[in-house]
Amino acid sequence: MSYTPPATPAEQPLVRIQALHKSFGRIEVLKGIDLSVMPGQKVSLIGPSGSGKTTLLRCINYLEEPTAGDIYVDNQLMGQRQVGARRVPLRDAELARMRGSIGMVFQRFNLFAHLTVLQNIMLGPLKVQGRQAAEVAEQARALLAKVGLHGKEQAFPDQLSGGQQQRVAIARALAMKPKLMLFDEATSALDPELVGEVLGVMHQLAEEGMTMIIVTHEMRFAEQVSDQVVFMADGRIVEQGSPHQVFRDSQVERTRAFLRAVQER
Amino acid sequence: MVVISELEHAAQLFPYFLKVLGLGALSTVGLTVASFAVALLLGFVLALMRLSRRVWLRSLASLYLELFRNVPILTQLFILYFGLTHLGLTLPATVAAIIGFGLNGAAILCEVFRSAINNVDRGQAEAASAIGMTRRMALRIIVLPQAIKVALPGMANFAISLLKDTSLASAAAVPELAFKARMLVSETYQTNLIYLMVAVIYLILSLVLARMGHRAESRLRGGH
Repeated sequence: MSYTPPATPAEQPLVRIQALHKSFGRIEVLKGIDLSVMPGQKVSLIGPSGSGKTTLLRCINYLEEPTAGDIYVDNQLMGQRQVGARRVPLRDAELARMRGSIGMVFQRFNLFAHLTVLQNIMLGPLKVQGRQAAEVAEQARALLAKVGLHGKEQAFPDQLSGGQQQRVAIARALAMKPKLMLFDEATSALDPELVGEVLGVMHQLAEEGMTMIIVTHEMRFAEQVSDQVVFMADGRIVEQGSPHQVFRDSQVERTRAFLRAVQER
Repeated sequence: MVVISELEHAAQLFPYFLKVLGLGALSTVGLTVASFAVALLLGFVLALMRLSRRVWLRSLASLYLELFRNVPILTQLFILYFGLTHLGLTLPATVAAIIGFGLNGAAILCEVFRSAINNVDRGQAEAASAIGMTRRMALRIIVLPQAIKVALPGMANFAISLLKDTSLASAAAVPELAFKARMLVSETYQTNLIYLMVAVIYLILSLVLARMGHRAESRLRGGH
């Protein structure tokens, strides 16, 4: 009896980005990005504004369509299908299915303004995944408790603080049971005293082993949580490595200049 | 003396006027409601076409808008009512009017809907995409329910101006309020009283419409 063990997921990157380019009109925002993220890894993208971090993140779940290059998530080519030698764009429904397995948290929360907290969290599992209402409700309540918002089920987004809204947004993303979470400056729109509660939830998520790609300006958080820190400038990856290497021991002047500028704030 | 007898005469005619104008008002309301329904349906479809990713759908909708926005409604009514007769297609006056006001109103409501949809924060649709909704689902479940709140005042305004514009249909012999008024005037010469009554009836109908619009708005707002 021959037995071939399945390739352990840990051997394959969960996200593989190859030669990614993105232009808006004539402006090239991403100028050839290569990046791999292993399952369970936490990768922080740092860099000055306009460096392309957010665009890179938005390309991963195809909220932005890349101009060139490939993105594989869980070995599936994002947004395109190979037909013979040609690549054709995925149909909307196929793309939506792929996006459903990638959670995203936005800078401006983007909670559905006309729905309650509980409805916000349950909507995806119910309408997209077609799961049972009772099970979804139970999970949604558990997620709310997890992000520290037990009792806010019936509140509407505009009745919550920014920090609370962002924690609901995280719960909403987690309800889809994603294999990957993308955080796009999740704390940048928050009042300083509310940043901690959101970072706390992200910290907890990281400890549970979630694969995370985090665009952030919170350098301390990036240093504590990340396995890998990627410094971007002008649409390119300037340097990547362990938090210690990038934050404490960078040999690249561009990186050091950025970190100095950030620390002076 | 003469003045008093004229007043008396008018007073005697008042119930008759009220009955005839009342019937006319019913016809005006019917014409308004039917035209509004046509405009609502077609306007919504046009708005979706204008927001489509397909160029030909967008162009088609734009062409429609330019055509119907830039030709006077009375001209459109005449073309529908008289013009089509030449082609061997005779529409009853009321049907022609409903179609005419409906087609014209669709162009107005299309713009109301389009701007209401555009008014909904892009982040809402993005968040919907991010949890795996198709564009269609996102529109139906997330964007449209929020857009409707924004569209309501514009829809109410349109309904009120439509109500008043239906008086133009009198030129095509649709038996609505303005037509009945003209009939009564040529019958009795009581111009002042008749048009005063007509004004009051239009005013009441408009105020009722405005009230309905406000009700709908505050109900939607209250329930988020």
